[in-house]
Amino acid sequence: MPPAITASGNGVDESRLKFLRGRYSYASITDKISDVVLTRPTHWGWYAGFALCTLLTLLFVIAIAYLFATGVGIWGVDIPVAWAFAITNFVWWVGIGHAGTFISAFLLLLRQKWRTSVNRFAEAMTIFAVAMAGLMPILHLGRPWFFYWLVPYPDIMNVWPQWRSPLVWDIFAIGTYIVVSILFWYMGLIPDLATLRDRSDSRVKQIVYGLFALGWRGEARQWKRFDTAYLLMAGLATPLVVSVHSVVSLDFSIGNTPGWHSTIFPPYFVAGALFSGFAMALTISIPLRAIFGLKDFITARHLDNIAKVMLVCGLLVAYSYVVEIFMAFYSGDEFEKFMVVNRMTGPYAPIYWTVVFCNVVVAQLMWWKRVRLSTLALFVISIIVNIGMWLERFMIIVTSLHRDFLPSSWDVYYPTFWDWATLFGSLGAFAWLFLLFVRFLPAISISEMRKLVLEKREGET
Amino acid sequence: MNRTGGPPQMWRSLDELGDGDALRRELAERFPRFAPLFDADRRQFLKLMSASLALAGLTGCSREPQEAILPYTYAPRGQVAGEPRFYASAHAVGGYAMGVLVESNMGRPTKIEGNPLHPASLGSTDVYAQASVLELWDPDRAQAVTHRGEPSTWEAFAAALQRRLIALRAQQGDGLRILTQTVTSPTLAAQMQALAARYPKAQWHAYEPIHRDHVHDGSVLAFRQPLDVRHHFDHAAVVLSLDADFLGFGPGRVRDARDFVNGHATHDATQASNRLYAITSAPTLTSAYADHQVAVRGSDVEAIARRLAKLVGVAVEAPDSVAGAPETWLAACAKDLAAHAGASLVVAGERQPPIVHALAHAMNAHLGNAGKTVAYIDPVAASPAHQMESLATLVEDMASRRVDTLLVVAGNPVYDAPRDAGFLEALRIVPASVHLGLYHDETSANCAWHLPATHFLEAWSDARAFDGTASIVQPAIAPLYDGRSVHEVLAMIVDGVERRGYDVVREYWRGKLGGDFEAAWNKALSDGVIPGTAFAERTLPLQPNALAAKANTPATSTNGTRVEVMFVPDASVYDGRYANNPWLQELPRPLTKITWDNAALVAPALAARLGVATDDVIELAQGDARIRLPVWVLPGHPDGAVTVSLGYGRRRAGRVGDARGFDAYALRPADAPWFLPDVAIAKTGGWYKLATTQHHHSMEGRDLVRVATLDAFHANPKAAGEPTSGRGNGTLYDPFKYDGYRWAMTIDLGACIGCNACTIACQAENNIPTVGKSEVARGREMHWIRVDRYYEGGVDTPRTYFQPVPCMQCERAPCELVCPVEASVHDSQGINVQVYNRCVGTRFCSNNCPYKVRRFNFLQYSDWTTESLKGQRNPEVTVRMRGIMEKCNYCLQRIENGRITADKENRRVRDGEVVTACQAVCPTRAITFGDLNDASSAVNKQKASPLDYPLLHELNTEPRTSYLAKLRNPNPEVKES
Repeated sequence: MPPAITASGNGVDESRLKFLRGRYSYASITDKISDVVLTRPTHWGWYAGFALCTLLTLLFVIAIAYLFATGVGIWGVDIPVAWAFAITNFVWWVGIGHAGTFISAFLLLLRQKWRTSVNRFAEAMTIFAVAMAGLMPILHLGRPWFFYWLVPYPDIMNVWPQWRSPLVWDIFAIGTYIVVSILFWYMGLIPDLATLRDRSDSRVKQIVYGLFALGWRGEARQWKRFDTAYLLMAGLATPLVVSVHSVVSLDFSIGNTPGWHSTIFPPYFVAGALFSGFAMALTISIPLRAIFGLKDFITARHLDNIAKVMLVCGLLVAYSYVVEIFMAFYSGDEFEKFMVVNRMTGPYAPIYWTVVFCNVVVAQLMWWKRVRLSTLALFVISIIVNIGMWLERFMIIVTSLHRDFLPSSWDVYYPTFWDWATLFGSLGAFAWLFLLFVRFLPAISISEMRKLVLEKREGET
Repeated sequence: MNRTGGPPQMWRSLDELGDGDALRRELAERFPRFAPLFDADRRQFLKLMSASLALAGLTGCSREPQEAILPYTYAPRGQVAGEPRFYASAHAVGGYAMGVLVESNMGRPTKIEGNPLHPASLGSTDVYAQASVLELWDPDRAQAVTHRGEPSTWEAFAAALQRRLIALRAQQGDGLRILTQTVTSPTLAAQMQALAARYPKAQWHAYEPIHRDHVHDGSVLAFRQPLDVRHHFDHAAVVLSLDADFLGFGPGRVRDARDFVNGHATHDATQASNRLYAITSAPTLTSAYADHQVAVRGSDVEAIARRLAKLVGVAVEAPDSVAGAPETWLAACAKDLAAHAGASLVVAGERQPPIVHALAHAMNAHLGNAGKTVAYIDPVAASPAHQMESLATLVEDMASRRVDTLLVVAGNPVYDAPRDAGFLEALRIVPASVHLGLYHDETSANCAWHLPATHFLEAWSDARAFDGTASIVQPAIAPLYDGRSVHEVLAMIVDGVERRGYDVVREYWRGKLGGDFEAAWNKALSDGVIPGTAFAERTLPLQPNALAAKANTPATSTNGTRVEVMFVPDASVYDGRYANNPWLQELPRPLTKITWDNAALVAPALAARLGVATDDVIELAQGDARIRLPVWVLPGHPDGAVTVSLGYGRRRAGRVGDARGFDAYALRPADAPWFLPDVAIAKTGGWYKLATTQHHHSMEGRDLVRVATLDAFHANPKAAGEPTSGRGNGTLYDPFKYDGYRWAMTIDLGACIGCNACTIACQAENNIPTVGKSEVARGREMHWIRVDRYYEGGVDTPRTYFQPVPCMQCERAPCELVCPVEASVHDSQGINVQVYNRCVGTRFCSNNCPYKVRRFNFLQYSDWTTESLKGQRNPEVTVRMRGIMEKCNYCLQRIENGRITADKENRRVRDGEVVTACQAVCPTRAITFGDLNDASSAVNKQKASPLDYPLLHELNTEPRTSYLAKLRNPNPEVKES
C-alpha cells in the first residue's frame, strides 16, 4: 500500500488524504454501502434530480420521435457543415466513457489502490456514456432505420460494408467497447449482488439480486477464479482505453478536410477523452459522496488523484493544440494555415478561445494543491472542462467543415431547438440511468472495499 | 356412398356430400385457375395459404391505387413505351420566340431542349424555356372560367359574349378594346386584322413592362421608322455595349451569346479574339464578361455615348469629358472601334433613351458597320409599337368611359402597369372586362370574366423569333384544364363561332406556305422553323437631324440621400410572370446569388454613406410612392444609384409566388420606366433576411478560376497556371483499366457567361426538388451544378468570374473512401455514382468532398403528393426520398440510352451522341462531354489544351471534370485601376 501523503504543509487535515477514512470493519463497510440501496430512505436530492432527469429524458424521446418522423433537417446541419451536434455529442460521450475504463482496468493492472472506491460508479458512467454515444451516430443518419447496413451480416444481396470507411471501424470499436464494459462491470458486481441478495428483506429483491448473482457463495475457489477472470477482463479492457478513441479520431483524420486530416488525432483524442472523462468522474463523484454520505470512501485523496490525472491529460491536450498550429504553418499548406487562422479569427473564434480558456487556462489551476483539495473548486473546474471539451469537439467538427477548400461553398452552422434538445436530452437520459444505478446497485464496490479494510488493518498492525 | 335407406346421411364436407370427383370436375371448370388446388392435400393447402397471407401483407405495403387501368388497344403511331419523343415548338418570352424541342415521355412534356435549326436557339435555350415545363404542370394554374369570382363555364361566357357582340356590331366595334402583350404571332396578327375589318372602331393595345419602346423610338430618330436591329456579333472584332445586356436579356440573347462568345478567344486560342467594351448601368452578365467595363448610372450613359461618338468622329454635341469614365479609356475604346471599322459593333441597351440608340446607329453608320455587323429589319412585333403610349391611350379611354368591352390577353397590367397609369381605377369603370391568363392573377381578380388560358405546350399557335423567323407552336399535350388559346378566344369574337386553334393556325399558314401545303406544314412542324420567314435585312441612310436633340444632363447629386433608381428585368421572374415557378425562384440570380427575393442593389460606397449593410431595409420614396426593401451591397455597382428588379411583390401569383420580394412597380412611373432620378433613400432600421447560395466572394488567393490575358498566353502558354492534369503517380496500385468508355467533361471558363441555364436544365432533367427560401438560407439548396461567382480586385471595380461546378467524378474520389455502405462507388465507365437505395445518409461523403457538390435530402424535399407535379418528372431518374445523398452523375440515364442505342447497332457510342443536360442547354457551348477512350473525341481535344486544369489538383483526386482557363483580351492601351 502506498504511504498516505503526510507532508501536506498546507494545514490540510491529513485524515482527508487517506483512501479510506474512519475505522471500518467488514460488517460496517458493507452496511454503509449496501444501506444506500437497501434500507436508507431515499434522499430528497435524488427525487429532485430524478424528476428533472425524467423530464429531460422525455424531451430526448420526443426529440428522437420527431427526428425519425421528419428527418435530420430539423437540426441545423447543412452543406458544408453536414456533421454538427450529433457527432460532437458522440465523440464527447465516448470520451466521457474512457475515464471509467481507465480507472477500473488500467489502474487495476497498475495496482493503484485508490481506484477501489471509484471504479464501480466510473464503470457505470462508462456504460451509460457509451450508450448515449452509441445512439448519436444512429440518430444522425439520414435513414436511421437502415443503421444495421453498417454491420457486416450475411446479406442476401451479398453486399458488405465498405471496409475502408472509418465509420465501419467505429461500429466495431464502439460495439467492442460497450460489450467489454458491460461484462467487466457486471463481473465486478457479482460478489456485491450476492451481498445484496443476502441482506435484503424483500423476497423480490432477493430473487432479482440472486438471479444476477449467479449463485455466488464467496467460496475461496470462486474468489480465486473471480480474481483471475477479473484481471483478464482488465487486460482486455485496457487496450480499449487507447483504441476506441483512436478509431473515433480516425473518422476525422481519414477525411481530407483541413482541421481533420492530421496524424496527431489518435493520441490527441485519447488524451482529450481521459481529460473529459475524469472531469465527468469528478462532476459525478462530488455530489454523489455528499448526498449519500460516502465521504469516508471517496476521500479528498481520490479527488486529488483524479485532478492530477486531469492535469496531465490537460497538458497533453494543450500540447496537441500547439502542435496543430505549428504543423499547419510548418506544412506550408495554404488550406491548413487558413483553417488555423480561421479558427482563431473567423465566425467561430469565440468558441476557439473558450476552448483554450476552459481546457488550457483553467486546467492549470490544478497545479495548486489547495485547488486540488477544494471540493468546490474541483467541481467548478470539472464542469468547465466538460464544457470546454464538448466545445473542442464542436470546434474540430464545425469550424473545419464550415470553410474548406472552395470559398463559394463556405457557410455557417447554427443549432436549432432540436439540436439542443438532443444534447440536453442525452445528458438527462445519462443522469437518469445513473440515478437509477445508485439507487438499485452499490455505487462503490463492497467486496473491494472489504479488501481495503483488510489491507488497512494489516498495515496498522 | 350409399344414399338410399338407412339412417340420415351425415356429411362433413362437400366432398362427402357430392361425388368427390364430379364436384372437383365441376369446380375445375368454373375456376380453372384453382384446379390444381383441389388436388392439394392439407399440408400443401396450408403452405399455399400461408404464402398468400404473407403476400397479402406485402401488397399492403406497396399502396396500389384502386383505379382500373387499361392498356392501349391501338398504340399511338410511333409511340414506343418508355422512349421519349421530341416535338418542335417555340417558347416565347416578351413575344419573341426561341425554337425548342419538347421531350415527351408517354405523352407528358417533361423537358425542353433547344432546336438546333432555329436561329434564336441553335440548340441551346435559356432559364425561362427550361422552367416553362414546370409552369405547365403548376397546380396553381387557373383551371376554370370565373365570372365575378364565381365559377362559370365557357358556354356562359360565349353566351354573354354573343349578347355583347350584337351591340358591338351595331356600333362597328366602338368600345371594344383588346390589350395584348408584344405579339409576334402571324396568325394572331391576321386575326387582329380580321377583327379590324369586322369591327373597324375596335382598337388593339399592347403593353408589357419590359418593352422595347426605346429601340423603336431610337430608330425613328435615326431612320424615321421603327425598326428592329440585327446584331451580327459573329462578324464583330470590337463590340461596344452602351448599357446593353445582350448576354442576359433581349429577344436574341441565346443566339447573341453564342455568336459573341464564338468570336472570343476561348479554348481555341489560335483564333483571333473579339473584344468587348461595356458601359453599364449596373453589373450584368455582359459587363461581367467584358474585357473592359465602366459602371455609371443609367442616365449618365448618354453623355458617355455622346463623348464616344464624338471621339469616333460622329458630329454630335458632346461634353469634353465625362465623370465616371476616364478619358483615356474612352479614347482607347474609340480608337479600337475606329481601327476595326466595318468589324466593330456598337449596341445600345433597350433601357437607354432613344438618343443613345440613335448615337449607336450613327456610330455604326460612321464606322461602316451597317450591313456588316449590324443590319435593320422591320419590327418583328405585329402589336402596336409604342407600348407606353398604347397603354396610356387605353387607360385614358377607359377612364373617360369610351371602353365598354376590354379583353386582356395574357399580361397582368393591374400588377405591372406604371404606378401613375391609373390602370386599376380605369379598369373598374369598364362594364365588360375579360382576362385570358394562365393564372387567376391580380388582373383576373379585377376583371368581370377570367378565362383560363392554355400553356404554350398545350395549344397551337405560332411566333416569330428576333429575326422574324416564324415557327409553329405545336402542343405536346392536350390541355390539362379547361383552357383555351388566344386564337380560340379571338375566333369567338372575330368569327362569332368557336373554332379550334389548330384550324385557325393551319388556315393562316395554308395561304402562306407555298406548294404542297401538307408537306410544307409537316416540315414546318418537324423542323420547328418555317423557311424563308426571316425578315429581310437592310441598311438605311441616317437621317440628317437624328442627333439634334440637346444633351440631357442628369442630376449629379450622389450625397447619399437622393439616388437614381434603375429598374431591370429580374433574372428569374422576369417581369413577374414567372413568380409562381419554384425552379426559377430558387435559381440564384447570376451576380448576387440571391434566391426567392429581389433586393435593392447598391454600391459599397453608397451603403457605407447610408450606414447600411446587406439585409438592412431601406426606403425608396418619391412623392407618395414608396417601397421598402432590403439592401444587397453589390461590388461594381455604380454609386448614386440603386438597382431594383421588377416582378416581385406579387399579390395573386399562387402559393409559390405570393408575397415574395418587393414590388418595384409601386415606384415605377410611366415617364421614367427605367431610370428614375431623384428618389429619396433612407435607412429604416429594419432587417430582412435574404437567402443566398454563396456567402463568400473572394477566391482567397487560391488557384480556383484561372485567368490569363490573351497576350500573356501567347507569350507563355502556361500564363494561366501550370497544366496539371494527367499525373497519376500518387498511388502504389496500378490504375484501373477502363476497357469500355471513360466519360469526362471539360468546362471552358472562357466561354461561360454565368447565365445559370445549366443549373435549371439539370434540375429539370434530374428531378431535383426545390427546397424553399428558409432551407436555402440554411444552406440546403439541391442544385447538382452550381455556378460559383468570384470577384477579383477592389469592391468598386471588381472583375467577375463564373465557375460552373458539377461533380468532378474524381478518379480517386474522397467520397467513395468514406462511405460505410458502398453507396458512393465508381462504375466501369469512370463515373462516381450514388446508389440511392443503398445510402443511409451518414453525409461523410459530403464532408469529404472538397468541391462540396453533394446534396443531401435533409427533409422530404421531393413533392410526393401533388398529382400534377408528378407529370413533369423524368421517368428515367429516381425521385429521391429524405435522408439520402444525391449529386451529378453526368446524366447517367442519357449515357445509358446512348449505350443501348449503340449496342443495338453493334457499334461504339459516337462522339457527341451522348449530351448531358447542362451541355445541351449551354448557350455558349462551354461544356464538352465525351469519351476519353475515343482519341478523336472533342473532350480529348479540349483536355489537350494548355489551358486545361483540374480544380484543386493538389488534393490528388484526379477529377474527370476539368476546366479550361479563361482568356481575357484587354486593350493594352487601357490602364485599369
